[in-house]
Amino acid sequence: MSILTWTYILVGITFSLYIGIAIWSRAGSTKDFYVAGGGVTPLANGLATAADWMSAASFISMAGLISFMGYDGSVFLMGWTGGYVLLALLLAPYLRKFGKFTVPDFIGDRYYSNTARTVAVVAALFVSFTYVAGQMRGVGVVFSRFLEVDINTGVYIGMAIVFFYAVLGGMKGITYTQVAQYCVLIFAFMVPAIFISIQMTGNPIPQLGFGGEYNGVPILEKLDGLHRELGFSEYTSGSKSMIDVFFITASLMVGTAGLPHVIVRFFTTPKVSGARKSAGWALLFIAILYTTAPAIAVFARVNLIETISEQPRESLPEWVDNWEETGLLAWEDKNGDGIVQYVADAEQNEFTVDRDIMVLANPEIAGLPNWVVALIGAGGLAAALSTAAGLLLVISTSVSHDLLKKQIAPNISDKQELMWARIAAIIAVVVAGYFGINPPGFVASVVALSFGLAAASFFPAILLGIFTKKMNKEGAISGMISGLLITIYYIARFKLHWIGDDATSGPDHWWFGISPEGFGTIGMIVNFIVAFTVSKFTPETPQEVQELVETIRIPSGAGEASAH
Amino acid sequence: MQEYWKKNIRKVLTLLAIWFTVSYGFGILFVEQLNAIQIGGFKLGFWFAQQGAIYTFVALIWVYIYQMNKLDKEYDVNE
Repeated sequence: MSILTWTYILVGITFSLYIGIAIWSRAGSTKDFYVAGGGVTPLANGLATAADWMSAASFISMAGLISFMGYDGSVFLMGWTGGYVLLALLLAPYLRKFGKFTVPDFIGDRYYSNTARTVAVVAALFVSFTYVAGQMRGVGVVFSRFLEVDINTGVYIGMAIVFFYAVLGGMKGITYTQVAQYCVLIFAFMVPAIFISIQMTGNPIPQLGFGGEYNGVPILEKLDGLHRELGFSEYTSGSKSMIDVFFITASLMVGTAGLPHVIVRFFTTPKVSGARKSAGWALLFIAILYTTAPAIAVFARVNLIETISEQPRESLPEWVDNWEETGLLAWEDKNGDGIVQYVADAEQNEFTVDRDIMVLANPEIAGLPNWVVALIGAGGLAAALSTAAGLLLVISTSVSHDLLKKQIAPNISDKQELMWARIAAIIAVVVAGYFGINPPGFVASVVALSFGLAAASFFPAILLGIFTKKMNKEGAISGMISGLLITIYYIARFKLHWIGDDATSGPDHWWFGISPEGFGTIGMIVNFIVAFTVSKFTPETPQEVQELVETIRIPSGAGEASAH
Repeated sequence: MQEYWKKNIRKVLTLLAIWFTVSYGFGILFVEQLNAIQIGGFKLGFWFAQQGAIYTFVALIWVYIYQMNKLDKEYDVNE
């Protein structure tokens, strides 16, 4: 059977599965809709969190990014996993004990202020919308490449599917669909990885093959050698400055721990100990993909260089022609010798590759069977849809619960609130789809933006709320606002170039040599400093709030997530 | 309860010290020194940055789960 037929079969099966689960797990109350009734086992929650977390970027782009960045790619590997240690040790158990539905809920109650709640809602909406736009785009791209439909049609199909289970089932539907989606995406990621590891190093475990030998030389040494010959910086050394690597890693870690769609997953377990355990499972499941990705990156890089470098264009395999048609791969014979020169020097380089190819085309490059190639499509869709659904839930909850129920119309009944949650989810799906079809220019900066903002706002506010009783509303609010503003300013100035003179916006002018991707760390530090300073000069936290902090520090008595 | 909280903080700080050492220490600040050591097909610093740190993170959370469950029982605050 052809790749296309296989793709239709696999995508068809997985989509029917998602819809089936959605119908089975409809939400009956706001508690079902917001936190899946608070009855998700830690193992299931760990699986769901892993799928929620691993987006189209993790699945499709990350291995390719690392493949081109070498050691510098470690920022993603450590940054996107190390945040879970912070989450598990510093935030998840306490937020679960607090036992409400959303992150703004915690900020609003702990800082006894609707202003604080509103700042949190705005930040949550901003972070989630920038992030979800990228996911819907990812869905469209996978559809267009694997099912040969138009990108926009792909986005519509994705919208329809997410609409079905997010709107019907809320958190409950999303959770159980995500469990299925994790299984699909990890299978789709691992099968080609294992095949390629065996082909190149003879070791079926990619994590070990990564350190194995290729034609008698350790594969990493081989790759370093190839890089030196072609003028690239050594694969295992990278080219970013140490301070930048440090700050980007920190920003991604802290940002991960502060992302609302990840945090809310820990509200769904029945107990505090379950919240801790969920984090353990989640990181284990995430680590399977994250330790495989750098191995794939190396295999793919060696494969690519060996296949094309200094070869006559005529003799290159068929996949080069296939991907050249999609525009993701290009060859321009600058010196007219008919041979591919792939070198670091931009003047002489004739070959350009889109980094996404590294995962998408890897099975073809390695000559794997058609059903394996088709798996990548189903896996990419599972990754993008699961993340999109988690984000849409945060958006709809922010509107129906944090804005409507908690501020504008506190008297609405549970039924009405549930209806509003569904309406908000519908609107969010439509807006996300719109962004997927008309991606705003800043989508490329999504990573810097959403992680930087989460790091600069939520993480410090929540951490201080749990670990200091003295932090008052004035401190927390001014901290969040100043952290957000300085991060937005820096990204607008040095990443988007919206403000300031272009002549002074280059890397030479970065503060302390820190790139916009790493600036969330500075935003966080600013948040801490401002919060502490302001709290010293403003009225003390009320007694009942200090008592609330006492209770969230102790696991016993979490029981039911308390009602409103 | 003050004592429970203090012990909790001490455990968390110890684990975070390890967290910082393997990732920022071995994987970033001292990566060049460690890269002089070769184990299997890996330079050690590079291995920590792309593999070792992640394995350690997973282990840290599970150690934390185990220690906290024990501490909760000791102070009778488990659910």
